[in-house]
Amino acid sequence: MAQKEYAGVLVDVNDEGYLENSEQWSKEVAQAIAQELSIVLTEKHFQVIDFLRERVAKGEALTIRSIGKSGIVDIKGFYELFPGAPLKLATKIAGVKKPLSCV
Amino acid sequence: MTNEEYPLKKVCIICAKGSLEDVYAALVMANGAVMEGIETKVFFTFFGLDAITKKQMNSLHTATLGNPAMRMPGGLPFPSLLGVLPGVEAGVSAMMKKQMEQLDIPTVPEFLEMITAGGGEIFACKLAVDMFKLKRDELSDEVKDVITVGQFYELCGGQGTQIIFT
Repeated sequence: MAQKEYAGVLVDVNDEGYLENSEQWSKEVAQAIAQELSIVLTEKHFQVIDFLRERVAKGEALTIRSIGKSGIVDIKGFYELFPGAPLKLATKIAGVKKPLSCV
Repeated sequence: MTNEEYPLKKVCIICAKGSLEDVYAALVMANGAVMEGIETKVFFTFFGLDAITKKQMNSLHTATLGNPAMRMPGGLPFPSLLGVLPGVEAGVSAMMKKQMEQLDIPTVPEFLEMITAGGGEIFACKLAVDMFKLKRDELSDEVKDVITVGQFYELCGGQGTQIIFT
């Protein structure tokens, strides 16, 4: 298994750079991953990240639609926070597995 | 010569049919592309226009006749004679919509909003709009423009672009 250093911590990552173990995640690790993706994290980003982590911890599937209904941000806002491919970027920063969702 | 060297940059999706499954095929493909950060244009033409017509978009049906993949719940073949009965097609369509809701698949209008929220663009075919005598305000607000086939092709240029006809 590959390892990578973020914010001075060695974390296990898969070949796409997603954290293998969500327990190794911290806000500092998130900041470092985000920096690598050229995203500056704000309070709003962290609200979305917390929501993603909570949902994953509960074993629920992640979809763009569920984020739009979270009350934190609408779908347009979600695309603005994580430009390009928001669900892929946000889950990477949140230290959870890449979602297998088609919606 | 690997795929990584030429990633897909833009998809242009054409939806010419108005059945529930045909419309959803186009919408899922389009929204999936938007989610991946791929530039996305969708062109609705002929019966596909139902998907972006305010009056029709919420009542799309799946065909119970002439559809060999149609099954009864449990997997037994769906008798064609049953498909003729009034209300059966509506019932089957309602059942499909319920199943989709459980998988977090949005309704047609919501799907269109999701696509445009992510920067995707929706177009209506001018020829078909004229043919069905539709007015601009009868179309969904998510429709960016009513354009000709030629104009649509102009939007489909560029390396790494694919046209998908559903």
